[in-house]
Amino acid sequence: MLSKIKAAWRVLRRLSGDDAYERYLEHYARNHNVDCLHACDRPLSKKDFFKQWQDEKWHGVKRCC
Amino acid sequence: MHSLLTKIIWILITLLGVAAVTGIALNRGEHINALWFVAAALSVYSIAYRFYASWIAAQVLTVDDTRATPAERLDNGKDFVPTNRWIVFGHHFAAIAGPGPLVGPTLAAQFGYLPGTLWILFGAVLGGCVQDMVTLFLSTRRDAKSLGQMARDELGPLGGTAALVGTFSIMIILIAVLGLVVVNAMKHSPWATATVAATIPIAMIVGFYMRFFRPGQVLEASALGVILLLLSVVAGGWIDNHPELRKLFDHEGLMLAWCVMAYGFAAAILPVWLLLAPRDYLSTYIKVGTITLLAVAIIILQPEVKMPAMTQFIDGTGPIFGGKLFPFVFITIACGAISGFHSLIASGTTPKLLINERDIRMIGYGAMLLESFVALMAMIAATVLDPGVFFAINSPAGVVGLAEVDAVAKISSWGFPVTVEQMQVLANQMGESTLFARTGGAPSLAVGMASIFGSAFGEKLLALWYHFAIMFEAIFILTTLDAGTRVGRFMLQDMLGNFWPKMGETSWTPSVVFTSALVVGGWGYFLYIGVIDPNGGVNILWPLFGIANQLLAAIALCVATGILVKSDKFKYVWVTGVPLLWLVVITSSAAWEKITSDDVRIGFFAGAEDLATKLATGNFSPEKAQIAPQLIFNLQLDAWLTLFFVALLWLIVFDMLRVSYRYLAGKSVPPLAEVPHSPSRLIEEWVRD
Repeated sequence: MLSKIKAAWRVLRRLSGDDAYERYLEHYARNHNVDCLHACDRPLSKKDFFKQWQDEKWHGVKRCC
Repeated sequence: MHSLLTKIIWILITLLGVAAVTGIALNRGEHINALWFVAAALSVYSIAYRFYASWIAAQVLTVDDTRATPAERLDNGKDFVPTNRWIVFGHHFAAIAGPGPLVGPTLAAQFGYLPGTLWILFGAVLGGCVQDMVTLFLSTRRDAKSLGQMARDELGPLGGTAALVGTFSIMIILIAVLGLVVVNAMKHSPWATATVAATIPIAMIVGFYMRFFRPGQVLEASALGVILLLLSVVAGGWIDNHPELRKLFDHEGLMLAWCVMAYGFAAAILPVWLLLAPRDYLSTYIKVGTITLLAVAIIILQPEVKMPAMTQFIDGTGPIFGGKLFPFVFITIACGAISGFHSLIASGTTPKLLINERDIRMIGYGAMLLESFVALMAMIAATVLDPGVFFAINSPAGVVGLAEVDAVAKISSWGFPVTVEQMQVLANQMGESTLFARTGGAPSLAVGMASIFGSAFGEKLLALWYHFAIMFEAIFILTTLDAGTRVGRFMLQDMLGNFWPKMGETSWTPSVVFTSALVVGGWGYFLYIGVIDPNGGVNILWPLFGIANQLLAAIALCVATGILVKSDKFKYVWVTGVPLLWLVVITSSAAWEKITSDDVRIGFFAGAEDLATKLATGNFSPEKAQIAPQLIFNLQLDAWLTLFFVALLWLIVFDMLRVSYRYLAGKSVPPLAEVPHSPSRLIEEWVRD
């Protein structure tokens, strides 16, 4: 039961974009700076990431009648 | 043994479906339980999903689960993100389900419950769902390109331009008619106006919270917003009871229309995070929550449908909009049966998230089934009302008369008895001064929903439920309105950028202000005319919207049909060809009637001529004589607009036929733009989190 509630919570967070920053960090860890030893780029801060994410999400047709 | 059991289950589902559909269709005279509608829908949907959709996916589209999708190949962690299929389903459904499936069926209920219900069920499984699914598939195979780009690549520049122009015009008409629905729900209703007005600062509070106070905490901010929205429904009632405050929110339709225009303009130029994004979150939660609640209430309560299967208005004399059953029921119910607008979401947006092609059936076909079910619930909510009440709420004063006594006499004379007292009691229960002539669908749906919710969750709260339902519709109508105005602005900037590059810069303030003003002016004009039109305006605008929406669907189906021919799948071409043919037939015949009919309530030119004659002979009161020239001009404009839509439709159909003919005759055509196969690495081990 508890695991189901947790799963539902995860779905809700994912659907709403609540976990977007965590996913971004994971993606970043997987794909950037894998081979670099020093002078790596740092990922965006949560505030900056969210700004970018929100502005991009709102480009183009997103809603129907 | 297992397969035998499966067969038996499917046979039982089929039998239930046949029984429910024939029960609904053949029932005459007696009230019929709404549960039959739900049973018919669920069995038709499951059979179509299990057999037809699977067959299309496997045989016609040949989806390939070993093939990498754009989300996998172009994964950038931002817009291209491989996403769990249930999450994609949620996003896709939230994007396609707007107010359309709630308004259309409510208006079409004037024909009785049967025609609309059958069209919602079968139009969806054979047309709308197929369109959404095929478009999603084609865009997935083409790096998530938009419908316009696909039309240009596969058919030629004509198709691309037609898609662009079609999208822009449908946006203008759609926003105008939705604005009109909200205005009709708010006029002289301080409670509704105050609640709807409160949604704006609430969205801004949520926007600030998400952007600055606790950046990225979407759920926290949304929870706060939903609570504030519910409080605003209660606060609206308080304002309504306050002798001074209520005057601030008690307005004529015209005044409210100006406010809606000012709001649309502000929303198009303000940054998205302040208004658009937070409002969209709130409207999505409220929408999903309310629709679920409505479904639960209908199943618990099992209300009786009181509207007859078919009314006498199938002959074209209906009070809400003029026009015979054929073709107007198919134009009136666009969303919920087949909606061209969906092809804009199914191409471009959703394919960027899709992990695997095999999920296309569930997301493309399945989400549209759910939308069709929403339309069916709207039909139920409209038809559980006493027919007399339904017509009293929805008939415009220009048809039944301004005085309440005249209106009830007229409506009762049609065989749908209703009294002034009955309407007054109902209005009091709902916390309104009157419910007469609130054309547009939102108020009658709200009364229907309030009575369903009221009897399921407590009669005492009817007025709260009514205004909750109004708020629920208004909030996502306004979301469509501001999102649409913004999209219209971007499209216009893009088009103007071809002639004057500076105009194409989406952040250059003069261009932003100029193009936003043009878009708002476009829909604002139709909204203004709709509000001053004594016949309600919805009777003119809704068919135009239906025609435009079906035009867009026809463009999507043309692209799909052309691609099927070019992919050597001629024997399956009927899968998209038959819905396309049907759309061409209904759109053309509706346009034909709207242009040529002698009936002043149907034909635009006939209506204009009638007004001109009456004006010339001095038949009008001074105030009517004052607006008559504008109405005449508008009717003529609408006629030309209809002609333009239908010409565009035929142009694209001929373009598709030309390309298909050339391909079949072995001549050169634009090559298939499909991206070559590359194997997916996200195979079964993919953690479906």
